[in-house]
Amino acid sequence: MLKINDLHANVDDKEILKGINLEVKAGEVHAIMGPNGSGKSTLASVISGNENFEVTQGSIELNGEDLEDVSPEERAHKGVFLSFQYPVEIPGVSVTNFMKTAINESRKAKGLEDMPAKDMLKLIREKSELLEIDRKFLSRSLNEGFSGGEKKRNEIFQMAMLEPKVAILDETDSGLDIDALRIVASGVNKLKSKDNAVILITHYQRLLEYIVPDYVHVLHNGKIVKSGGKELALELEEKGYDWLKQETAV
Amino acid sequence: MAYTEEELKKELETKEYEYGFYTEIESETFPNGLNEEIVIAISKKKGEPEWMTLWRLEAFKYWKEMEEPEWANVHYEKPDFQAISYYSAPKKADPNKTLDDVDPELLEMYKKLGISVDEQKKLQNVAVDIVMDSVSVATTFKKTLAEKGIIFCSISEAIKDHPELVKKYIGSVVPKRDNFYAALNSAVFSDGSFCYIPKGVRCPMELSTYFRINQAGTGQFERTLVIADEDSYVSYLEGCTAPSRDENQLHAAVVELVALDGAEIKYSTVQNWFPGNKEGKGGVFNFVTKRAICEKNAKVSWTQVETGSAVTWKYPSCILKGDNSIGEFYSIAVTNNYQQADTGTKMVHIGKNTKSTIISKGISAGKSQNSYRGLVQVNSRADRARNFSQCDSLLMGNECGAHTFPYIEAKNKSAMIEHEATTSKIGEDQIFYCNQRGIDTEKAIALIVNGFSKEVLNKLPMEFAVEAQKLLEISLEGSVG
Repeated sequence: MLKINDLHANVDDKEILKGINLEVKAGEVHAIMGPNGSGKSTLASVISGNENFEVTQGSIELNGEDLEDVSPEERAHKGVFLSFQYPVEIPGVSVTNFMKTAINESRKAKGLEDMPAKDMLKLIREKSELLEIDRKFLSRSLNEGFSGGEKKRNEIFQMAMLEPKVAILDETDSGLDIDALRIVASGVNKLKSKDNAVILITHYQRLLEYIVPDYVHVLHNGKIVKSGGKELALELEEKGYDWLKQETAV
Repeated sequence: MAYTEEELKKELETKEYEYGFYTEIESETFPNGLNEEIVIAISKKKGEPEWMTLWRLEAFKYWKEMEEPEWANVHYEKPDFQAISYYSAPKKADPNKTLDDVDPELLEMYKKLGISVDEQKKLQNVAVDIVMDSVSVATTFKKTLAEKGIIFCSISEAIKDHPELVKKYIGSVVPKRDNFYAALNSAVFSDGSFCYIPKGVRCPMELSTYFRINQAGTGQFERTLVIADEDSYVSYLEGCTAPSRDENQLHAAVVELVALDGAEIKYSTVQNWFPGNKEGKGGVFNFVTKRAICEKNAKVSWTQVETGSAVTWKYPSCILKGDNSIGEFYSIAVTNNYQQADTGTKMVHIGKNTKSTIISKGISAGKSQNSYRGLVQVNSRADRARNFSQCDSLLMGNECGAHTFPYIEAKNKSAMIEHEATTSKIGEDQIFYCNQRGIDTEKAIALIVNGFSKEVLNKLPMEFAVEAQKLLEISLEGSVG
């Protein structure tokens, strides 16, 4: 589904990604771990098309299509979703209005009519129940005055609404208490299917106890230095990243 | 296409005035220049009684001695008042016309503007008095209104048919010598609307007027007078668009609202005069005096969405004369390219327990300058007067400016005055967030701007709010490639 070949990317002329290779198939869950500054969030931004990052080499393919000249909104229409590490506030725009706009823009791009209000309401009801979201929450301005946990839950709610093909969750576990983590994780698990894929970006093993990955990759200094099954995460938890840093330095 | 600061700026620059077209309609236009003969000729042309002619002449006398105000934060080449024609009327105008008789070319023009008269006829709750250049060409729903004793007509008709009301109230809120532009308007006003709501009557529909400037080099001087008698209610809508013209056009209107004891007036404006092209050439000069007087327990709300004009100088105000009276001002002012706006309000608290609320939202893009200027004045006997002001500015790009000039004068110790102000900028991260959810940059800007303006948009009557939102989008977006 998602194929990344020898991806290099710069920000402000500094190379952050130095040759990433990754293949994610439908139905799979991949975890990308690594120390601070290893390039995890940059990878998420580059996949979603943020043009503050310059791709200097390599390619990203979604279902066989090269994404090089595809705008962020078109990538979204094609099913790329990013749950942001730091979701921004948009004052005066309610969660509901924002989602309505996002869904209808996507439909418009596919040549469909706006979603009828009745269907939209049903969808919102379903998905908000899935994430145990209070309906009042949906009329609030997007992320304005939200707690850290509310912001992350709202990101996953949006994921549920948009039903992406590839969802990248960038440090969705940070700032969540254990109850919120459980709700968010169970939401993601329910959304998982054989037709979509999830990429989890995280520092810690904790999230992976709830969302079990098929593969774990360790990113260090802009490269994937080790890949393995879910047991790799446990090993990292035990030994820390220094072990790998030493290993790769050799 | 992802968003960068540069791209946003470029996109904003390419926006052209959508309503820039010109309709060929034969007009009868006076020669350029202003003197006593012209003032008399205007009055005569309109078949006015002598008292009105004298009133105009007195105003003209004041105007000759006055100077243009220079305190506003706007810079422009002063109009040559002798190079302007002070009267222009569409030749085919006939006050007895029904909508079906209206020049098809005119109707076509309104269609282009998205305010087709056909549609409006179907909007059962909107009565429209269309002011085309200077003379009313169509008035609807008059009969329904007449049954309730409501008078809604052109000011010219009112001068002839209801002289006692006009005589009593015209100039009572905005005196002839109030300011330079008000004096000019008093001398040469061409036409405008008049509205009277009798005691205890709730006007059953939104009253609405659309203004347009159509003749090249024609100044337009509207005069509006709304009188809400004791315990009555009226909601009045005013909307304007103007076709694209090369030379600057002067618009100096006067609006007077009289809210007698217990009356309520809601006055909503959507203003979209031609703002000039992207080099800052052309565009309408909009120097407007709008003021309301509130008697005991009366309430006046001004709501305005200002997207047009090259230069705007406008301060809808309330004189809270009666005890317990309430004044409100809700405003969205958008400036783009080289537009300049100096707008705000005056709330003058005279009566006891008077309350005022000011919510002002300024949006600046391009190289424009957007200023809020407001005065809250509490007089010595205005015990327990209260005011709340909130001024928010939203900036796009790095070349525009937002300014806030709040003046507060409190002469009563029991007064409570609050002022809040914020300035923010549309962030790249906000745009990218929207992009990532499948919303393109143009739509994202519209969404953010509408969110920013929501408190004010919510104050507009439903059908107007939709139109206003559309206008905000047009004013700030580039064309989709």
